[in-house]
Amino acid sequence: MSSVKIEVRDLDMMYGTRVIQKNLNFTVNAGDVFVIMGGSGCGKSTLLRHMIGLIEPARGDVYYDGRSFWDAEPSGRAAQLRRLGVLYQSGALWSSMTLAENVALPLGEYTDLAAAEIRDVVALKLALVGLAGFEDFYPAEISGGMRKRAALARAMALDPDVLFFDEPSAGLDPISSRLLDDLIHELRDSLGATIIVVTHELPSIFAIGTNSVFLDAETKTMIAGGDPKTLLRECRDPKVHRFLTRGEEN
Amino acid sequence: MAIAQIEGTASAWQLHVARGPSDAVLLRLSGRWTLDARLPLAGAVLDDAQSDGRFSRMAFDAGGVEAWDSGLVIFLRAIAAEAQRRGLDADLSPLPEGIRRLLALAAAVPERKDTSAGARRPFFLARVGTSTLDGVREARALLAFLGEAFLSVVRLVGGKARFQRSELLLTLQQVGAQALPIVSLISFLVGIILAYVGALQLRQFGAQVYVADLVGIAMTREMGAMMAAIIMAGRTGAAFAAQLGTMQVNEEIDALQTLGIPAMEFLVLPRMLALALMMPLLGVYADLLGILGGAVVGLGTLDLGAAEYYYRTINAIGIDDFVAGVMKASVFGVLVAIAGCLRGMQCGRSSAAVGAAATSAVVTGIVLIIVSDAMLTVVFDLIGL
Ligand SMILES: Nc1ncnc2c1ncn2[C@@H]1O[C@H](COP(=O)(O)OP(=O)(O)OP(=O)(O)O)[C@@H](O)[C@H]1O
Ligand SMILES: [Mg+2]
Repeated sequence: MSSVKIEVRDLDMMYGTRVIQKNLNFTVNAGDVFVIMGGSGCGKSTLLRHMIGLIEPARGDVYYDGRSFWDAEPSGRAAQLRRLGVLYQSGALWSSMTLAENVALPLGEYTDLAAAEIRDVVALKLALVGLAGFEDFYPAEISGGMRKRAALARAMALDPDVLFFDEPSAGLDPISSRLLDDLIHELRDSLGATIIVVTHELPSIFAIGTNSVFLDAETKTMIAGGDPKTLLRECRDPKVHRFLTRGEEN
Repeated sequence: MAIAQIEGTASAWQLHVARGPSDAVLLRLSGRWTLDARLPLAGAVLDDAQSDGRFSRMAFDAGGVEAWDSGLVIFLRAIAAEAQRRGLDADLSPLPEGIRRLLALAAAVPERKDTSAGARRPFFLARVGTSTLDGVREARALLAFLGEAFLSVVRLVGGKARFQRSELLLTLQQVGAQALPIVSLISFLVGIILAYVGALQLRQFGAQVYVADLVGIAMTREMGAMMAAIIMAGRTGAAFAAQLGTMQVNEEIDALQTLGIPAMEFLVLPRMLALALMMPLLGVYADLLGILGGAVVGLGTLDLGAAEYYYRTINAIGIDDFVAGVMKASVFGVLVAIAGCLRGMQCGRSSAAVGAAATSAVVTGIVLIIVSDAMLTVVFDLIGL
C-alpha cells in the first residue's frame, strides 16, 4: 500500500528573481491524502502549480512513480499529466461549455469512446458529485458550491491516479465543505487515488489528512511534515503548533 | 521640571514635556487626541524634548487623555519609530491597555522587505536597462506566439488541429453577421465624408463628376478594409482579449494545459481562422456601403445622374484595386486576431489585468493595422498592383 507515488526532490521555486520556497524534499505515498499547509502567501498554490506541470522549477524535479517529470520528453510529460486530475481554486470550468461538455472534453481527447458511451460516463461522474440532471447547465448558471463539485467531476473524468485540490472548501458553507471532505474521502477509498490537498481548514486537515508538509514563508522552506494528528501532538516547532491550534499558545 | 508645553488649536489637546526620574524624558498627554484635532508631528516633539540636553529613555503618561482614536495610535507609533531612530528607549508600558494592544498588533506584522523594495524608484540607467530588457522580452514573446500560431495553422492544414467546431461557428457568427450593422453605419458615413471632401476640391475645377472615381477607388483600395479592420480591432480584438484574459483569471487555461490540450489550437486558432475568413467579406461589404454613401452625396448634391455615377464607378475600379483591398483585409484580420489573442493569453490574474489586456489589444491592433497598411501600400506599388 505504501509505495512511493510522488517524490519532490530539491525543489526551488521562484517568480523571476524572487525566491518563494527552496529545498523542498518530500514523498507522497500511494493512497495518501497529502495536505500542503502553511500561512497565506507562503507558496502552497505555487507548489501545486509546479507539481502539475504549469511552472518549471528553478531547480529540482518532481518524480511520478519514479519517473522524472521535468526531465521527460514532452510526450512522456503528456502521458504523466493524463494520470492527474486537478480541482482548481476557482473551479476553472470552461465557461463557454455546458457541464456535460466540460466533463466530456477530456474523455473525447484521450479515449476512443463513442459519443453514447461518453454520455454515460459524463452522467455517472456528475451523479457521483450530486449533479445529476445538470448536464445542460452552463457554469454561470449554477452556484459556487455546485461549480466546485462540477469541477471535481471533470477532474475525475479520466479516472486519475492522483487528484490535486487547491483549497477545495474555500468559499463554501461549513456543511458543503464537510460534504466535500466526505466526498474526497469516499473517492480515495473507492477509486484508490492518491490525493493532494492545499487547505487552511483545520477540521479538514485533521479529518482527511494522512500526511503533510508545512511551508514557512519566513525561512522560505518546509519546516515540518508527517501525519497532521501526530504533528499536533508532537511537533515542537512553535509556528506549526500555533497553526494547528489556531494560534493558541501551549 | 518642565521642558516644553505644546497645545493644539482651541486647547483640544495638551502635551507636557518634562524631565522625568533619572535620565528619562516624560511626555504627559491630556485632552482629546483624535484624528481631527491636528496632532503634533513626532519629529518636532522630540526636537523640543532634546533641546534641553540628551536623554536615553522616554516615558509616557496618558492618564489625562479624555478621548482618543487612531490619531493617537499613529502619533505614538511615529514617536516610537522616531525615538528608535535617535537611539532613545521608548517605554510604552504605562499606556492604557487598548492603545498598547493596537500598537502591538501594528508592530506584529513585519514589513515584507522583498515586497517594498520594488517601490523605490531606481536609478535612471537601471530604468533604461530594465525597459530595454522588457522590450526584448516582449519581442521574444511576440515571436514565440507567432511561431506557435503558425505551427497550429500547419497542424490545421494537416488536419490534426484540435478545436471545437461549435466554437469556430459561434465565433464566425460573432465576427461576421453580428458585425454588419456597425460596419454598415461607419462605412456608409465614411463614403459620404469622402464624397463631400472630394466634391469641395473638384468643384473648383468643374470636375465634380470625378467624385465617383475618387470614392470608388479610395473605398476599394484603402478605406473599406481599413475601416472594417479598425472596427473589428475595437469590437472583436478587445472581446478576444477579454475572453481569453478572463479564462486566464479563472484558471480555465491552466485546466486546458494540464490536460495537455494546447490553448493555442483550442482557443486561438478558431478565433484567428474566423477573423481571417470574415474580414475580407466585411471589407468588400464596407466597400459597397461606402460607394453607396458616396452615391447619395453625388446624386443628392452634385446633380449627377444615377446611371452616370454607376458607370464612372465601374470604370474607375480595376480588378487590381479590388484584389489589393481584399488582400489587405485578410492581413488586417489575422493581425487583429493575433493582437487580441496575444494580449488575452498574456493577461495577468486579476480583473484589472483583463481591462488592461482589452485596451492593449485595441491599441496593438490599430498600430499593427496602420503599420502593415503602410508597408503593403509600398509593396503593392513596387509590384505594380
Ligand atoms: N504569478 C506570480 N508572479 C509573481 N509572484 C507571484 C505570482 N503568484 C504568486 N506570487 C507570489 O508568490 C507567493 C506565493 O503565492 P501562492 O499563491 O503560492 O500562495 P499561497 O500559499 O497559495 O497563499 P494562499 O493561501 O493565500 O492561497 C506570494 O507571495 C505571491 O505574492
Ligand atoms: Mg493559494
